[in-house]
Amino acid sequence: MSNKKNITVAVTGLNNIDSPGPGIPVIRALKESEFYNVRIIGLSYETLEPGIYMHDLVDKTYQIPMPSAGTTVLLERLRYINEQENIDVIIPNFDAELHNFIKLKNTLKTELDIETFLPTLEQFESRHKSVLFEFGEKNEVRVPYAKMIFNANEIHQLKDEFTYPLVIKGKYYDASIAATPEQAINYFYKISAKWGLPIIVQEFVSGNEVNVTAIGDGNGNCIGAVPMRKLYITDKGKAWAGISLDDEELIKITNRVIGNSKWRGGCELEFIKTNDNKYYLLEMNPRFPAWVYLAVGCGQNHPDALVKMALGEKVEPFKSYENGKLFIRYSFDQIVNLSEFEKISTLGEL
Amino acid sequence: MQINKNIAISDSGFIFNPSSGDSFSANAVGLEIIRLFKDGKSKEDVINTITENYAVDASTFEKDINDFIQMLSSYQLIQNHE
Repeated sequence: MSNKKNITVAVTGLNNIDSPGPGIPVIRALKESEFYNVRIIGLSYETLEPGIYMHDLVDKTYQIPMPSAGTTVLLERLRYINEQENIDVIIPNFDAELHNFIKLKNTLKTELDIETFLPTLEQFESRHKSVLFEFGEKNEVRVPYAKMIFNANEIHQLKDEFTYPLVIKGKYYDASIAATPEQAINYFYKISAKWGLPIIVQEFVSGNEVNVTAIGDGNGNCIGAVPMRKLYITDKGKAWAGISLDDEELIKITNRVIGNSKWRGGCELEFIKTNDNKYYLLEMNPRFPAWVYLAVGCGQNHPDALVKMALGEKVEPFKSYENGKLFIRYSFDQIVNLSEFEKISTLGEL
Repeated sequence: MQINKNIAISDSGFIFNPSSGDSFSANAVGLEIIRLFKDGKSKEDVINTITENYAVDASTFEKDINDFIQMLSSYQLIQNHE
């Protein structure tokens, strides 16, 4: 008989599409837990998220209100779901929903007895793209010089601070490399129309992109970190295949960032490694990446460690991982009965 | 000339650089040359070994091996490339 403890974990990010959310990889990791038998409750936003219908991974799914609806309606919905399912831990996996969950984390604990393992609001805000340069200075990691602008006219005034090419980035998403001020203005309008203001102008750093999936315990310890290089990229810039790397310097930098910032929870660090072996932090995502299952394949089950810490248990840092392991995604057509689609569409649960 | 120490080389000629994630395939002669470098042989030693075992003259092979070394260097597989 198994000595594993039975627990119920609710997970968002079931959109296992070409630009996937991390939910399904996180669930796969939890199904391989060393410590728990995990019943998975999926939390979905849309009725066509593939994870809703993956019954071998997701035991039951409930729709939850979109992040823009705010914390009151989210809490109300979670109250109902918890009455049915008695949730032990919630793992939110979207950047856009994290703000609400961070604000609710004390209420979830005290009122519903649901644990989370999230960064503080200050930590969450400190790594936003718009303040990443300051984050880098504070945490002793190189970040390409960047500046926020609110008006396209400001682009002409950048010539003392930037050389071309430079990168025009949206506050939350999207980035384009501009070779001339005219191109920069064009991208300013395109990206701001989609994602709003401000726009971030960033120094262009040339090199190879390398990413790290990591987890911190909130006390300055990096519990695990696995670096990866993308081998195949989709037209949306997402990794379709990647390989784990042996890179001591990158692990050292990750430990420093997690340690100095006392990061709590999972995260993804995106770097550029220049030809002269310097590392520049491009982004820090405040949740596990969609490729987090590679870490499990390399011997570090980060979602399992997160659940353990959420439940108040001590977790020792992983000491090693296997390099040269690849992940290769594939797409898969699920056949779904109309009755299932009807249930999630009309009742909001399946 | 030294092949970087963490480079993995298999009998099939598959070469993996775990620092960069790059992988390459070498043919039998390329694999033999890389193994000689990995064993600490100098460029001159490699030229002597290959010209003794294969039907190639030293001047032709020297040109080829210089190209090959250049390629290994650009793929970050060797250090101390003078």
